[in-house]
Amino acid sequence: MERIPILQMGEFLLVTIQVDMHDQLALTLQDDLSERISRTSARGVLIDISALDMVDSFIGRMIGTISGLSRIMDAQTVLVGMQPAVAITLVELGMNLPGVATALNVERGMKLLRDRVEHS
Amino acid sequence: MATLQAKTVQALQDNRIDLLNEWTHSLEATGATRNLKGDDVKQQTGDFLNLLVDALHNGGSQNINHENWAQTRLFLEKLSHSRALVGQDSQQTASFIFALKGPVFDLLQREYANDGAQLAEQLWEVSELLDGLGMHTIRTFQKSREAVIKRQQEELLELSTPVVKLWDGVLALPMIGTLDSQRTQVVMESLLQRIVDTGSEIAIIDITGVPTVDTLVAQHLLKTVTAIRLMGADCIISGVRPQIAQTIVHLGLDLQGVVTKANLADALALALKRLGVNISKAV
Repeated sequence: MERIPILQMGEFLLVTIQVDMHDQLALTLQDDLSERISRTSARGVLIDISALDMVDSFIGRMIGTISGLSRIMDAQTVLVGMQPAVAITLVELGMNLPGVATALNVERGMKLLRDRVEHS
Repeated sequence: MATLQAKTVQALQDNRIDLLNEWTHSLEATGATRNLKGDDVKQQTGDFLNLLVDALHNGGSQNINHENWAQTRLFLEKLSHSRALVGQDSQQTASFIFALKGPVFDLLQREYANDGAQLAEQLWEVSELLDGLGMHTIRTFQKSREAVIKRQQEELLELSTPVVKLWDGVLALPMIGTLDSQRTQVVMESLLQRIVDTGSEIAIIDITGVPTVDTLVAQHLLKTVTAIRLMGADCIISGVRPQIAQTIVHLGLDLQGVVTKANLADALALALKRLGVNISKAV
């Protein structure tokens, strides 16, 4: 079965979405990630969606949900590398993803994540 | 259906010089030749009359869509296209053909002075023919004008969305003119693409050149700001003039979560501060 790999880097978890998301994959990722956070007591999650060039409302909601559940489990989430087309689509769908931290690329995302973890 | 008599065509050909003179006079009288060079007009009227007579000789068909009229149609299309570019209005362009009616009618009246029935018939035929040609001219004139307008619209759309790099990591977008959905889309796309290309962290949208802000414009602005935030960059809106600030407050628009500054300089100062850049005078 297809899965999205979740990599551990110290106290952070790294998720790189490199395939087209479909609904089952998104749900599996949600389960896997929450399970990994609780197992590793990670402090931060970085989701890289730079390879994602298509989203629908379900995936948009999934991103919001993952961010929300990580926060409840005391892990900060940063979303990096969103493509312009994806950003425009989400805005047109009315999904502003409030409370989700974003960064332009992985490097800045890690920096932001470290800052947030230090201050939390 | 009656057709043009050979006699009529012959008369047109024989009296070409007189017709040309009278036609040019009546063109000048109606003011249709304003903005045009005298030589050009002379050339065009001469060419058209030759084409007309040739076409009548060849087929004599009244249907101007017939291939015998292809040359004439092409000539009129070129003519109206050039008129559209010079900036003449449709009336002046149409007068080019319609001014020919008077001289031709006079000529026919002289030719058929003794035969009333024939005269009426021939007048009707010539009138139909010239009307058809005139309509064709107007139609192509309109098309040329529309093509010009369309091209200008596209150019305006491209011209109005320059994304300027102000500093390493700071982009600015000076918006000029009214914001509508289509323009916002173009602006948003080009700005987001530049953010990705340059890896800029801060984008400044300057709305000094936006004449009015209503709920729709505010909504477009908010969408752009949200999209920029989703990409991971920050957005500052600058150039909020006093009237616009009043309008926004009166409309009860919620710009919360959006950083606004009165002018571009303030926005740049804030952006530099966020980047950790210090600027001081060299004593």
